[in-house]
Amino acid sequence: MSVTESDRLKEQEEREDAGAPRDSTADEAELHRVLSETWGTKPGFWGWITTVDHKLIGRRYIATTFFFLFLAGLAAMVMRAQLAQPEGQVVGPDLYNQLFTMHGTTMMFLFAVSVMEAVAVFIIPLVMGTRNIAFPRLNAFSYWVFLFGGVMVWGAFFLNIGPDVGWFAYVPLSGPEFSPGKRADFWAQMITFTEVAALAVAVELIVTILKQRAPGMTLDRIPLFAWAMLVTAFMVMFAMPSVMVGSSMLIMDRLVGTHFFNPAEGGDVLLWQHLFWFFGHPEVYIIFVPASGMISVMLPAFTRRPVFGHLALVLSVISIGILSFGLWVHHMFVTALPQLGESFFTASSMLIAIPNGIQIFCWVATIVSGKPRYATPMLFIIGFIITFVIGGLTGVMVASVPLDTQVHDSYFVVAHFHYVLIGGAVFPLLGAVYYWFPKFTGRMMSERLGRWNFWLAFLGFNAAFFPMHLLGLWGMPRRIYTYQPELNWGDMNLFVSLAAVVVFASFALFLWNVLYSLRHGEPAGDNPWDADTLEWATSSPPPAYNFAHIPVVTAREPLWAERRALPVAVGLRTDMRELVITSVTEARPELRESSPDPSIWPLISAIALTGLFIGSIFTPWAVVYGSIPLTIALTAWFWPKGDKEDEA
Amino acid sequence: MRPMRPVQDLSGLPSYGFGTKSPVWWGTLAFVAIEDGGFIVAIASYLYIAFVNRVWPLRAPPPDLGPCTAVLVLLLISLWPNWWLDRAAREENLRKVRIGMVVMTLLATAPLIVRIWEFPALNVLWDTNAYGSINWLLLGLHTIHLLTDWGDTLVLAVLMFTRHGHGKRFSDVSDNCFYWYFVIASWVVLYLFIYFVPRL
Amino acid sequence: MTLQVTGHQWWWEITYQDPSPERVLRTANEIHIPTGRPVRLVLNSTDVIHSMWVPNLFGKRDLLPGLQTVIDFQADKPGVYRGQCAEFCGLQHARMGFLVVAEPPEAFDAWRLAQLRAAEAPKEPERQRGEQVFLRSSCIMCHQVRGTPSAGRVGPELTHLATRQFIAAGTLPMNRGNLAGWITDPQSIKPGANMPMTQIPPRDLQDLVSYLEGLR
Repeated sequence: MSVTESDRLKEQEEREDAGAPRDSTADEAELHRVLSETWGTKPGFWGWITTVDHKLIGRRYIATTFFFLFLAGLAAMVMRAQLAQPEGQVVGPDLYNQLFTMHGTTMMFLFAVSVMEAVAVFIIPLVMGTRNIAFPRLNAFSYWVFLFGGVMVWGAFFLNIGPDVGWFAYVPLSGPEFSPGKRADFWAQMITFTEVAALAVAVELIVTILKQRAPGMTLDRIPLFAWAMLVTAFMVMFAMPSVMVGSSMLIMDRLVGTHFFNPAEGGDVLLWQHLFWFFGHPEVYIIFVPASGMISVMLPAFTRRPVFGHLALVLSVISIGILSFGLWVHHMFVTALPQLGESFFTASSMLIAIPNGIQIFCWVATIVSGKPRYATPMLFIIGFIITFVIGGLTGVMVASVPLDTQVHDSYFVVAHFHYVLIGGAVFPLLGAVYYWFPKFTGRMMSERLGRWNFWLAFLGFNAAFFPMHLLGLWGMPRRIYTYQPELNWGDMNLFVSLAAVVVFASFALFLWNVLYSLRHGEPAGDNPWDADTLEWATSSPPPAYNFAHIPVVTAREPLWAERRALPVAVGLRTDMRELVITSVTEARPELRESSPDPSIWPLISAIALTGLFIGSIFTPWAVVYGSIPLTIALTAWFWPKGDKEDEA
Repeated sequence: MRPMRPVQDLSGLPSYGFGTKSPVWWGTLAFVAIEDGGFIVAIASYLYIAFVNRVWPLRAPPPDLGPCTAVLVLLLISLWPNWWLDRAAREENLRKVRIGMVVMTLLATAPLIVRIWEFPALNVLWDTNAYGSINWLLLGLHTIHLLTDWGDTLVLAVLMFTRHGHGKRFSDVSDNCFYWYFVIASWVVLYLFIYFVPRL
Repeated sequence: MTLQVTGHQWWWEITYQDPSPERVLRTANEIHIPTGRPVRLVLNSTDVIHSMWVPNLFGKRDLLPGLQTVIDFQADKPGVYRGQCAEFCGLQHARMGFLVVAEPPEAFDAWRLAQLRAAEAPKEPERQRGEQVFLRSSCIMCHQVRGTPSAGRVGPELTHLATRQFIAAGTLPMNRGNLAGWITDPQSIKPGANMPMTQIPPRDLQDLVSYLEGLR
């Protein structure tokens, strides 16, 4: 192609663009037909594996994470059966160690972080008033990589070669000398899989929130859930590289004989702990911050008022994000650290209670000054506040060194972090599923089952986990597969195990409610809660193109501010996937950019990457061989196919 | 569905843009941040291992300065053509962009070739001791970045000679130039760590 | 008073330091200390990371390979305090317990003197046969009874085994039945432990257990 031809092509494109069909038409039915044609996913298997629709991918992402939650929950039930009595005989030490490793690993890497990102993949583009997530093919790729990583590690477990070194895989226990075989390698590669997936989603969310906001959604009008996800995505970006570098070092120590963690050759075992916890502590907030965003965005709908202290909440979330990187050493108080370091990390651990406290006060103030309506999501919010305050208090306790050396790695800590993670993240998440289920599916979840679900979960949870504080104070360490009758821990453990059955039942009821409501739930309508954010401005479930016209935001609660008619922007092409790109701070429209269409190459790239990762468990050469198909797949992914989306 | 009232017309907006206007630029920035995170963690590990050992380097002569300095010089030389190419892309000047892409492909290939001699010039193997391990890791990480951008540049260079070489592709070229600055900058830092810390 | 504590998968090696080499005492899984005196434990590990914890005496401190850590504490009341490994250390992390026995200084000094003595030669024929069984079998690959030719250092030292309250690192109370069960099939009691199953004819086993029971 000659240079002049290029100019000619450009002119031709401009002419074409000028005459192209736009969404300015008044005929809504015709617009719906054309936009569905342009943005729709083809029916059938091919459409299913090539889709780049954030709603379809978000939905399968959420379903997959809940499936992993179910597996991890089963693992917990087996462990509780084993611990229900002293010298239990349900499983042996080998299986028990695999079970608690899989439980922790799955909950942290395959459920908690991923489910928050998965909900965001579905909801954030709708909240932003755009037609698809940024980099939608990367989104598809992320899901496949996540799925394959999870299937790999659970596959290994079912073949009885599952990892057995804990979700933290401390060296040297996980190193070549004390964990021969491939178990620890599956763990380390699972890290690589899930981090690639999580980082991809983080990048998509950052760019979606910064560049694809509806016109007029200035920084101070960004809904709090989006703020929370933005901060979370940044935390993912800065925390995950640490564990990826760490797990790569571990694999290299195991596979090619490097000495990063080998004290005999100048390595150091505590380096692993620093790398792991530099990721591992922000990880807790990576899970909690999205949940706090969910609460902030649900509260207005159930208290009939804007959330109290919007700015304070934004600043709290940002400071939590920053402070969470200064806490990691409090996981290492019982190793060998200088006194001054301990004091610093104690202080910073206590400091982070301040923004968390501010959040709680803002939420309580919203509830007290509003007109609360106690639907199921609101029940979960109340349950959250109670549970999280307890978990937060014990958190401040364990931040103090003298106390921590007693309760560290005991059941006290098990109780503490389950209060923070289940109370602080899973309760809001369940509430959020009740809240957004109508948007996901077009139907309401059953309120009656919802109430049962909440009370079983709340009471069962407290009954199961509160006594663990006592067990810890009585001296019961974590990660033990059994204990002797003389220690007198048996009765309390039996009680805990029975209560755990109630918790499990509450999740089964949740699952039943989801399945039942999918078919028999009340049709929801666009905005069943009369909520204020943009995802409720479109139908439930939303059409493939999300919004027939891009909404224009004029206030912080756009749907409450514009009750009579929603202001919209028009002029996007309807014959190709076009969305509006806006400026970072003011959300002024800058570009009409095309959004990629469906492609098989993200899936093929994910398969190639899976081959490379799994192969490299067995031979370092897999990195070399595996990079060839991967390079081909990635090139094919990005190579323009000549259709309008690629060319523009 | 609630009624709508059109208040803005977007039809006059351009269909692609450069720099902070382009989502791909932000995506590139995010990936740079992630990779930077990886480098920072690796460098922190380097300092940690050096600190706990007190003697540094461990049982190995300091690395030779020849090949690494050659890589540094080559990368610094590429600064100017990279800047020139970025400007040509923003001007959407296909002829200049083609020249620039070919030059940049060659300038991305050269340090990769020199890198072949750089690994032995470390004077230590990855499985000799922790000092060797961390040096191979740092150099390996940077080599992966070189390789990635080399592949990216090559594909884009070919693209610019096909019928796809117009419109948004210019923006892609500009983003690729942006990434290349990061490859250079990260090498300047790693160069100091790998080659001068053992001489302190 | 300074004690060196070394963590092993899955037991505790304890060495009482002393300037004169003949007063250095090596024992396992049961720490005796005098009440009312400051005690320093110097910790390290030869394999993976362990963590020392006696809830009623002191909080946790890790035992790290390649690094040394320290616990300073003092027991004011005499008594037996149970402790357990608190850092996941592999298959038998759950069965890595130990005891701290705090006794008045005089009692402690007596205990230490008694422990420093080599094992007395057995007098009863049964125990004499038992000693022979011990010395003939694979026991001595890993274990030591001072005063006999055995010199294994891989497993716990056994010179005064019968004075301890538990065997297998806080797992089983010390008695005839448990000793016999532990020797014949440690793998069903503590699967994965480094002590192998030993095929010993019943008669020899009885003699061996009698011998061990007499190591006071």
